[in-house]
Amino acid sequence: MTRQEWPLYEVFIRTRSGLSHRHAGSVHAADDEMALNNARDTYTRRSEGVSIWVVRSDRIVASDPAETSAFFDPAEDKIYRHPTFYDIPDEVENL
Amino acid sequence: MYTQGLDQAGKGGPDTREAESRAQLDAFQARIDAEEKIEAKDWMPEAYRRTLIRQISQHAHSEIIGMQPEGNWLTRAPTMKRKAILLAKVQDEAGHGLYLYSAAETLGVSRDEMVGDLLSGKAKYSSIFNYPTLTWADIGAIGWLVDGAAIMNQIPLCRCSYGPYSRAMIRVCKEESFHQRQGYELMLTLCRGTDEQKAMAQDALNRFWWPALMMFGPNDAASSHSAQSMAWKIKRFSNDELRQKFIDVTVPQAEFLGLSVPDAALWFNENTEHYEHSDIDWQEFFDVISGNGPCNRQRLAKRRKAHDDGAWVREAARAYADKKAAAEAAA
Amino acid sequence: MSSDATLASYASRLGDNALILGQRMIELVAASPELEEELANANFSLDYIGQARMYYTYAGEREGAGRDEDDFAFLRPEHDYKNLLLVEQPNGHYGDSTVRQFLFESWYVLLLEALTRCSDEGISIIAARAIKEVRYHLRHSSQWLVRLGDGTEESHARVKASLDDLWRYTGEMFAPDDLDDEMRAVFNGPHLEVIETQWRENVAAVLAEATLDMPDDQWMASGGKQGQHSEHMGFLLAEMQHLQRAYPGATW
Repeated sequence: MTRQEWPLYEVFIRTRSGLSHRHAGSVHAADDEMALNNARDTYTRRSEGVSIWVVRSDRIVASDPAETSAFFDPAEDKIYRHPTFYDIPDEVENL
Repeated sequence: MYTQGLDQAGKGGPDTREAESRAQLDAFQARIDAEEKIEAKDWMPEAYRRTLIRQISQHAHSEIIGMQPEGNWLTRAPTMKRKAILLAKVQDEAGHGLYLYSAAETLGVSRDEMVGDLLSGKAKYSSIFNYPTLTWADIGAIGWLVDGAAIMNQIPLCRCSYGPYSRAMIRVCKEESFHQRQGYELMLTLCRGTDEQKAMAQDALNRFWWPALMMFGPNDAASSHSAQSMAWKIKRFSNDELRQKFIDVTVPQAEFLGLSVPDAALWFNENTEHYEHSDIDWQEFFDVISGNGPCNRQRLAKRRKAHDDGAWVREAARAYADKKAAAEAAA
Repeated sequence: MSSDATLASYASRLGDNALILGQRMIELVAASPELEEELANANFSLDYIGQARMYYTYAGEREGAGRDEDDFAFLRPEHDYKNLLLVEQPNGHYGDSTVRQFLFESWYVLLLEALTRCSDEGISIIAARAIKEVRYHLRHSSQWLVRLGDGTEESHARVKASLDDLWRYTGEMFAPDDLDDEMRAVFNGPHLEVIETQWRENVAAVLAEATLDMPDDQWMASGGKQGQHSEHMGFLLAEMQHLQRAYPGATW
């Protein structure tokens, strides 16, 4: 007997309408339908969800931690993107 | 979410990793000391990875094997309410095993490998689950004592330095909050019941007290992995500290039930404000850990049978998925 | 039969199906083919146990003799349980239990749909809750039947044999007895012939997808609805009732 396990899926759950889906964990499943069932039976036992996304883990493209600084540091010195960068006299309202 | 499957194409696994330099190790320790969480694909020392794989998979195996002693009374639960509660609890254990296997999988080990190690007897799991559940009161004792001890171990793990483990433990602890309470309430019902029920409760405490204390592991002096695990913030308190805390909170709970803790030498030290207890029979602990407990063989045999009986089912599901995928590709 | 007596008996019979099937599924705990299936199986048994509790509690109310869910579940003799023979059949291998679930749930979902429209509010409210659960169970058991039927040669052969073995217990689901007739006449209860037609259509569609032939209509077993059970039932009850019988009157 081959020892090949069912593929891994990542599970994302919307806990209630109005919120975005959030990563909950993972499950193994042989196919997409089974992955949805397994996600439901594993991660919504306490009414934690109103919607589930599942995606094969090997289909996710992730950034590389080794490139973290190249990816994310350049945003740090763009302080002019934040509203607090700008000095406006207190008398001016509704800005 | 950082899983084995997320490895970028073309990058080598741990085998091609360059030797760990002093600078890397220092930088890693600095992150740990700053209470930063380590995530799956971050650089980490091989020993850290191995320690985590060992600990998380043992933890997962314990949840899975731990379904058996309680599962033993599912079909005989005395009321519909108790049956539902116990079933929900045993199901949680399956869920917790699943969360933990997933957390370990982020470190580059497959569930198949871990399960293989469990079934071959290579991997260890908590010694407590190798004791039999002989009466219904054992279900109460397990909830009260075993889950009580487990919670004490697990709450610090919610702050473990490894992100996926810490997140899994937060979920586990949240879900387990009812487990200990239902066990104590079950014991309370028995202790307020008939003489036979009360005797049943006392007998369960007699049999589970010492094995529950052993759950915290060997004395600090004899614990081989403790110091490094503490430095890496995988572990936050020593075995003896947690064991003492457990005894201190549990003895008054036993007194409230009107049960006696099976340790004639137990006394409360007013100076230290801790209970002093007799020595633990470490020979028994090491026997059970190395395979010679009352139920070791039985527990593994049942797990192996479930695994073997399920082989054709898992295979069929894969074959069906392959056929469907091929049909879709052709369409 | 007074209308209260009809409702009590009918609710109790629904409870028996749910409890006995739930009890069978509980035996599968820690024996599933994969960890994810453990969670699914436990969810389904919890649903069935929960349904049994609602049915029994309602039966007790209608009966008015002070019996609660545990009196119904644990303190009746075997002949008083009126569940279908199908649900008491042993788990066998995964194909056997999948086919049992599928055949029963295909019927039960239709029965519950009809019961949501019955004129007794107590039953229709329970049915409305139960049907949400059972629709999901049926989705699960149907998908698994297809995977096993259209999986490997081995799985196909196994599940085909399961289907042939268990088919004989389906006749009882559609054979109305006095209680069914009364439920239908007085409370606009399910019309079992209509359900049979729909059931055959639904089952045929799933079997076709599973590349399985519908078994020929063979000799059909019956008796469960009258309390005449298979030999398996006595052991199931002995185990389930053990503590209540061994310590009469104790509180747990």
